[in-house]
Amino acid sequence: MTNSRRSFDVLVVGAGPAGIAAACCAAQEGARVGIVDNNARPGGQIWRGETQDSDVVDAASWLRKLVGSRVEILAPMEVFAQPEAGRLVATSPDGACELSYKKLILCTGARERFLPFPGWTLPNVMGAGGLQALVKSGMGIAGKKVVVAGSGPLLLAVAAHLRAHGADVRTIAEQAPWSRLVRFGMALASRGQKISQAFQLKKQLSRIAYRAGCWVVAAEGNGKVESVTLRTERKTWKEPCDYLACGFHLVPNTELASLLGCELRAEFVRTDDFQESSVSGTYCAGEPTGIGGLELSIAEGQIAGFAAAGQRERAQAYFGERKSQRRFSTALERTFMLRDELRHLPGAETIVCRCEDVKFGRLREQPSWRAAKLQTRCGMGPCQGRICGPAVEFLFGWKAESARPPIFPVAVESLAATACAE
Amino acid sequence: MRARSYDVVIIGAGIVGAACAWACASEGLRVAVIEADIIGGGATGAGMGHLVVMDDSEAQFALTRYSRSLWQLLAPELPDDVEYESCGTIWVAADEEEMQAVRQKREFYEARGVPAEVLDAKALRLAEPNLREGLVGGLRVPGDAVIYAPCAARFFIERAQSRGAELYLPRVVTEISAEGVRLNDGSVIAAHRVVNAAGTWSPMLTPGIEVKKRKGHLVITERYAGFVKHQLVELGYLKSAHSMTTESVAFNVQPRRTGQMLIGSSRQFDVESKEVDANILTRMLERAAEFLPGVNRLFAIRGWTGFRAATPDKLPLIGPWVGRENLFLATGHEGLGITTSLGTAKLLVDQLLRRTSEIPIGPYLPSRVPESVHA
Amino acid sequence: MPKAFSVTVNGAHVGVTEDMTALAAILLSGTTTLRRSVSGEPRGALCGMGGCFECRVTINGERHCRSCQIRCAQAMDIRTDD
Repeated sequence: MTNSRRSFDVLVVGAGPAGIAAACCAAQEGARVGIVDNNARPGGQIWRGETQDSDVVDAASWLRKLVGSRVEILAPMEVFAQPEAGRLVATSPDGACELSYKKLILCTGARERFLPFPGWTLPNVMGAGGLQALVKSGMGIAGKKVVVAGSGPLLLAVAAHLRAHGADVRTIAEQAPWSRLVRFGMALASRGQKISQAFQLKKQLSRIAYRAGCWVVAAEGNGKVESVTLRTERKTWKEPCDYLACGFHLVPNTELASLLGCELRAEFVRTDDFQESSVSGTYCAGEPTGIGGLELSIAEGQIAGFAAAGQRERAQAYFGERKSQRRFSTALERTFMLRDELRHLPGAETIVCRCEDVKFGRLREQPSWRAAKLQTRCGMGPCQGRICGPAVEFLFGWKAESARPPIFPVAVESLAATACAE
Repeated sequence: MRARSYDVVIIGAGIVGAACAWACASEGLRVAVIEADIIGGGATGAGMGHLVVMDDSEAQFALTRYSRSLWQLLAPELPDDVEYESCGTIWVAADEEEMQAVRQKREFYEARGVPAEVLDAKALRLAEPNLREGLVGGLRVPGDAVIYAPCAARFFIERAQSRGAELYLPRVVTEISAEGVRLNDGSVIAAHRVVNAAGTWSPMLTPGIEVKKRKGHLVITERYAGFVKHQLVELGYLKSAHSMTTESVAFNVQPRRTGQMLIGSSRQFDVESKEVDANILTRMLERAAEFLPGVNRLFAIRGWTGFRAATPDKLPLIGPWVGRENLFLATGHEGLGITTSLGTAKLLVDQLLRRTSEIPIGPYLPSRVPESVHA
Repeated sequence: MPKAFSVTVNGAHVGVTEDMTALAAILLSGTTTLRRSVSGEPRGALCGMGGCFECRVTINGERHCRSCQIRCAQAMDIRTDD
């Protein structure tokens, strides 16, 4: 096992749009920059699989900038602990790696929120983003029947992508009611780029039923999903399918920020105007500061990159864009709020914690999250509560606790390497 | 409607307090248990859950042996989530000097009626193929076991409740008085006797108790069923547990029914912070890899710390607190709280009922501490 | 052009390219169950981004590998935990 060391002026964790923007801007100012990501190629989720020659204009342009810069790309590599301020340890196929930095920019993105319902653990029931990621990683979907469900604008992007790869997308079930979606649409109407995005999507989604106020109540099948039961206020019906792509909007990946001692406000990392967190020299940009979509992530990344490189005036040039995009973020939150019916989907036998197979019936007897963890081991498996945590927060109001190392499971020898220094 | 006055109020629903509650309630005493946080939320939930006979002293041996036999009797009644596994312990000898200690240990155990088997190098490899080459042998203690302690504590509380005990949770005790205990909301719970089973918090409620926090680290792995079959401990563990030096690590690995492995152990005095110490963690994991080289490639899911309640003479405090007629202690169990919870409960209830115990109680009485401390 | 080669999934050869993940190779082979949960349920991938740990399989003898995060490599041996 090799133990390697890298030292940077600015270290960026996460190579999605925010991280790429931050790294490029910091490098532009002459800083020695490194960027870490647990995927083999930069792009994060939304730009997964994109390259410099992609049709997706902003992805191609930013990736070109990144590759053309002097940013050192460390991928795949996964940060798991901080032995002391100024030093992170990460793991890669070649072993543990120590990353020293003067300034740190956390761009760890977001993940989908999963809510349990009967049958959700069947193979081929996946997240919406999850199925899209899978298709981008080489899985074929042509001719397969897919139901896309849950909540959030991601559902549309996913449906369009799957359709473009030959899937037979049967329906899109959005739990938010029409009234809220219409208001959201009006809000979108005021933003130029988003209009064109919306029109593109409309073309790609023609003839796919988009149902608002509609949600999955169960998935059925033998050994894998074969149909889903959908419900609106007026009716309930079964829809046969090969895949269910179901996710309920996004939750921020704040485990690393929390481990480093960054203050959270609600579930997001609190940052100042220059994207600096409560920990001096540690910045945060993109979804962990608030779920706000692509343009906001890029704006925040640019601000953080310049600020971390000591160029506050350059950072300020993007304050306007950030302010404008943050309105979208607020509209998102309001529009896609989760309806109460979703709390009543799981039955006593429905598994909530997939790592430890802890059922809803056992959990609802517990007085608190801490008691639940200790008595049932819910949240104590390898995913470290990433999947069940947002679910139990929605179902019971239980809040996640602060993170402890390692924030991802790592080989014992890598964990032992955390103190290796001097 | 809650009872107005109890025979016994027990402070702390860790495994010791919970076992005491059950023992008292089973004798028909009216019992209240007061817990500030959650059942098993202190050392009970942080530790290794081993049931082990230890020979650091005659008194420790007597109490652990007595307790372990109570666990063995109870085992068939334990619910599934307590995960009682009689996997046994192997004390591992790395050299001839330790092998000598192994033989002496065996004589000591056998003379006191606890079966123990000496394993030579070959037998050790057969018993545990993942141990490194070159270890000289070990002592196998087949009656030792492993449980999941937080669920055991809950089970004891439920048993106590089925005999009429009442649980006050969450409630914080601010003061132990002659009448009983006062809670932080100002109310008083009246009781004839009070038992301080608050582990590392016990000195806060009863100033003068010589219980110090002794920090430990643990790591749990992914599921690798069969990687080790017994609980494995290096002989140096005893030195580590016994010493009063500020910090030490000792190899101690435990298989769980889930197929996960718990890797320990570490001991530190005078550290208040709950943070995982990267240096200690490294030393502990490297020590484990010295005995189990294959452990390096296993995935570690979580690391955490906990505090043991340690006394100067390594024995728990079980019995009346000197100078206070109504106050009893059941605390200071260091790394043996899980094992000795049942024995402690028996010794305590014997004293409450003025009965002779099955083992001599002298070594555990709080009054064993020199007079000057109680001044 | 991404490089093309084969890997084995539960002993059977599957033709892949270097930008495909081990998970994609498994699904290409027609296998839908990646592993059994602790109570024996069949499980497949959920999140697709390395966070849920449902896609764990044994790769080149190493257990508990997240197949959605690992790119195919020449002669990679992939075994599901069914």
